[in-house]
Amino acid sequence: MRIVVRTYSADETMEIGERLGRGLQAGDVLALFGDLGAGKTTFTKGIARGLGLEADVHSPTFTLIHEHLGTIPLYHVDLYRLASEEEVDTLGIDEYIYGDGVTIIEWADRMKSLLPPERLDIELKLIGETEREMVFETDSPRLQAVIEELVSNADISH
Amino acid sequence: MKILGIETSCDETSAAVIEDGRNILSNVIASQTDVHKRFGGVVPEVASRMHVELIMPTIQEALDKAESTLENIDAIAVINRPGLIGALIVGVAAAKTMAFAANLPLIAIHHIEGHIYANWLVNPDIQFPVVCLVVSGGHSDLIYMSGHGKYEILARTRDDAAGEAFDKSARVMGLSYPGGPQIDKLAKEGNPHAVHFPRAKMGDSLDFSFSGLKTAVIRYMEGIEAKPPLPDLAASFQQAVVDVLVENTFRAAQERGVKQVLMAGGVAANSGLQSAMKARGQELGIAVSAPPPILCTDNAAMAAAAAYFAYERGETSGLDLDSFASEPIGKRAS
Repeated sequence: MRIVVRTYSADETMEIGERLGRGLQAGDVLALFGDLGAGKTTFTKGIARGLGLEADVHSPTFTLIHEHLGTIPLYHVDLYRLASEEEVDTLGIDEYIYGDGVTIIEWADRMKSLLPPERLDIELKLIGETEREMVFETDSPRLQAVIEELVSNADISH
Repeated sequence: MKILGIETSCDETSAAVIEDGRNILSNVIASQTDVHKRFGGVVPEVASRMHVELIMPTIQEALDKAESTLENIDAIAVINRPGLIGALIVGVAAAKTMAFAANLPLIAIHHIEGHIYANWLVNPDIQFPVVCLVVSGGHSDLIYMSGHGKYEILARTRDDAAGEAFDKSARVMGLSYPGGPQIDKLAKEGNPHAVHFPRAKMGDSLDFSFSGLKTAVIRYMEGIEAKPPLPDLAASFQQAVVDVLVENTFRAAQERGVKQVLMAGGVAANSGLQSAMKARGQELGIAVSAPPPILCTDNAAMAAAAAYFAYERGETSGLDLDSFASEPIGKRAS
């Protein structure tokens, strides 16, 4: 299933993230795709809020993985600096993916064939200065229900 | 008192011997920059594997250069938080093993605390309270210190760190990794007013935000209008970062009534930032201290310097010392 959402400000992007976050469970994996400046970290901030975390979410580009502990922990991974799947493979990322929290992977294209089949793909596109398009896609029945919920009562879906 | 310091939290394997928290007897950094250049960034597992290979030779070299052996070392300091867990544990395991074998006190240091204490290695005249500007690839923080080991976070970045903005914008401008030093070099020849890039203000908050600037650079580079020469672009971008860092740092300094500002972290080595900070400090009668570039980037001397003062406060750790991927400065972790 594939759902497309447009947002017109960073606040809206964050709000979509927050609503998505409320529907997530431990073990969920979100693969984020999109260029520099597409809003991946902003979106992740929203998800942290939706999970009820008082987390200070900022870009993990240099530090690679940020762990935010809470009722449902959030593992915020950023593979921007990695060049190949071989490098990702040895990072020990499985411990997060098959762990006890929600794992969000920015620049997930760096590990495409290593991603678990049960996941939610989200592609973010930079349309205008603050306008973004988000494409949600998943084969998981539960995550399908979560993203359907996202558009069914969203007044900012288009 | 001689302290052996160890740092492996990111891409540098480093060991150092420091006397009395101020005197550098050795500071060995097994720079991995050549390896990383090929990949366009830090490569974590390569880094972790290299830490394993490099840690003992690096420690040995640090001891040799300091004309020391473990017998005349008085304590072992190690950075155990925050960082990439697979990298941190290499340094922590080495530190614990040596502390156990030689029966020496073990002192755990926060990475940011280490960066700040690099200032004590070069400046004998630091008077509390101070405001510290910590800027690197992973951090953009303003920290108030009322005394040794007493930290209050005044501001953080809400999105990208300053160093990350430098490296990502450099890539968009077509410069190779690491982009920060290249922008600094180009900016010296450029006109900082050629292009106006945005400066993010977070209302009354002292927090930083650099992702809007990054997006503005991307959109500008993708735009169809004719671009000025690269030095002008670099200078205009750098000015946008510098303006915000200087503004917020001195706002914090004045709000807290401090007479001294300390710079730390890799971006503190940026010459444009250093001269702007010093100029503003002079105007306001606030002293500005910055370590030389080699002590701004990740190194073990800073860990040993911070550990000297931590040891004086009686802060030592047991052999069950753990590593932590994420933890704010000021919280004890042992």
